[in-house]
Amino acid sequence: MFKQEKPELAVPARRQFLKAGLTAGVAAGAMVAGGRTAFAEGDEAIVEKKDWAVYPGNGVDAAPYGMPSQFEAHVVRRNVPWLTADTVSSVNFTPLHELDGIITPNGLCFERHHGGVAEVDPAEYRLMINGLVDKPMVFTMEDLKRFPRENRIYFLECAANSGMEWRGAQLNGCQYTHGMIHNVVYTGVPLKYLLEEAGVKTNAKWVMPEGADASGMTRSVPLEKALDDCMVAFKMNGEALRPEQGYPARLVVPGWEGNMWVKWLRRIEVGDEPWQHREETSKYTDLMANGKARRFTWEMDAKSVITNPSPQAPITHGKGRTVITGVAWSGRGKIDRVDVSLDGGNNWREARISGPSFDKSMHRFYYEFDWDGSELLLQSRAIDSTGYVQPTKNELRAVRGTNSIYHNNGIQTWLVNSKGEAENVEVS
Amino acid sequence: MSRFPKAALLAAGIHMALISPVLAGQFNLGREATPEEVAAWDIDVRPDGQGLPEGRGTVAQGEEIFAEKCAACHGDFGEGVDRWPVLAGGQGSLKSDNPVKTIGSYWPYLSTVFDYINRAMPFTEAKSLEPDEVYAITAYLLYVNDVVTDEDFELSKENFVSVKMPNTDNFYMDDRETTELADRRKAPCMENCKPGVKVTKRAAIIDVTPDEGAEPKGSLE
Ligand code: HEC
Repeated sequence: MFKQEKPELAVPARRQFLKAGLTAGVAAGAMVAGGRTAFAEGDEAIVEKKDWAVYPGNGVDAAPYGMPSQFEAHVVRRNVPWLTADTVSSVNFTPLHELDGIITPNGLCFERHHGGVAEVDPAEYRLMINGLVDKPMVFTMEDLKRFPRENRIYFLECAANSGMEWRGAQLNGCQYTHGMIHNVVYTGVPLKYLLEEAGVKTNAKWVMPEGADASGMTRSVPLEKALDDCMVAFKMNGEALRPEQGYPARLVVPGWEGNMWVKWLRRIEVGDEPWQHREETSKYTDLMANGKARRFTWEMDAKSVITNPSPQAPITHGKGRTVITGVAWSGRGKIDRVDVSLDGGNNWREARISGPSFDKSMHRFYYEFDWDGSELLLQSRAIDSTGYVQPTKNELRAVRGTNSIYHNNGIQTWLVNSKGEAENVEVS
Repeated sequence: MSRFPKAALLAAGIHMALISPVLAGQFNLGREATPEEVAAWDIDVRPDGQGLPEGRGTVAQGEEIFAEKCAACHGDFGEGVDRWPVLAGGQGSLKSDNPVKTIGSYWPYLSTVFDYINRAMPFTEAKSLEPDEVYAITAYLLYVNDVVTDEDFELSKENFVSVKMPNTDNFYMDDRETTELADRRKAPCMENCKPGVKVTKRAAIIDVTPDEGAEPKGSLE
């Protein structure tokens, strides 16, 4: 719990008196003149003296770890209680409609745990590498920090993001339809350095990261990927990983489904075959209409969503100048272009991408226009650096049916009515 | 040859080793894991049986342990209580509008059952089961899924890999590269792409969105 304490200054009695007088004055004025008319000469936000402009605020130590403004208290991760039996194995969602730019603040990065949040003491943290290696190895946190470090920005998207939407529009809010994603700067050690320290045997083809949490999360990752761009990260956005993101160290598997980014990473086994564990058989396999299932669908296809306006963030200013914004990303590279449609995909215009454009990172786009107050069917369409164009939901369903849960990267439609309210819909 | 060039070469070799940081094991960090340490953590099991511990257990033994440690969430026969996962049944449902993915209807390998229960269950006390208990529970789960029909069936390290799961052959490697990507990599239409667009589905009708007014999780207060 976080509450700002008012500072006690040397003249508290006088200050209290002044404040009481002011309040009384405003009340009297309002009674006589009735609300705004008392300030016909101007906006009361300007002509009335505000407390914050008169009385000194909190001193430097009121919040040793700073928190957002009290007016931003609604900007939080939220869950969908009916999805799971218990919050210990559940998910909550990033409030995308409240964010801008490309970086997700650490406290708002969505959470998905299979056995709750492990509280690992970094002093007792060990990372083991075993299996098909010359020498099984153990590294401490201190060891990890003695390897050359890298800083890279990547999105992490759960393969089940938008998974509730396969059969049709369900959840009203991009937080719920698209909020199983975050984008942060990771500081860590290339996994390659750690594997080389143990000496990978020539017949090795796979690695299996394993979590230290109660779920003991495991996934099979091809050795090629592990040696290419995977890293063991211990910082996000400059500070230590949050406990819910795998403190003190997690695996980063750029562009690939979030479940593989094992948190609380404690071991990496090297082997010659995949392990076929629960999270790559029972889960994270994509059931097709014919009853067969794709497995090892690691790469995240290019995707985008308009975050504002959206059901949780309606247009409140009426007609006139309007900013549409959203995010786009691809597990195969950068985003080259984002198109926006105001009429449900009949006509498209190119949006403006602003902010840094990195490989396998979120991109921010804007489209500014004069809204005439008529109904809108808003869509966005991402095109990545491999030329992949984000498909419609119906194009996806034509190939995959509606049972696959995972990898729904179809184009999202928001119906905005003349009042500016937005609803999750699908179009023909 | 004089000894000079040889010494120079040797020196050059040492120098190169010092300045090339990304070749195998150049950092000299970490230490070798002891066999006891590896054994303590290396509990994973693969489809070919690699990693299976010694042990055995029967369907009947598994039924008892399951009733005691698992049924509160998963139901006496794996049918699932409330929203807790269903572990049995669903055979023949995978093509339907309501596919029920269970050990019997979906899971391709028995080793996954053993490995997962051994590492992650029971939910509130993971890694607490003895190998014999895991063999017995796994045997029981085969029984409630009709993969074995004999209550006296005993599963052990020895006969483990001989058990075949019904849905093994229905998984295939990600083929988006050949089945989808060509269609996605076409220049998109920009104008008059879809005249007469109509709304076909609306979230407001289903209305399962959590109430924004309700106390959210993880608030600052
Ligand atoms: C307190 C409730 C609870 C108890 C008791 C429990 N489980 Fe579970 N079980 C769960 C939950 C929750 C999950 C899903 C975890 C996740 O989301 O990763 C699960 C998942 C499973 C799965 C995987 C299901 C799937 O389709 O992927 C198996 C198998 C399983 N449990 C077996 C057992 C066995 C065997 C026991 C007893 C030794 C047991 N469970 C006890 C709650 C429980």
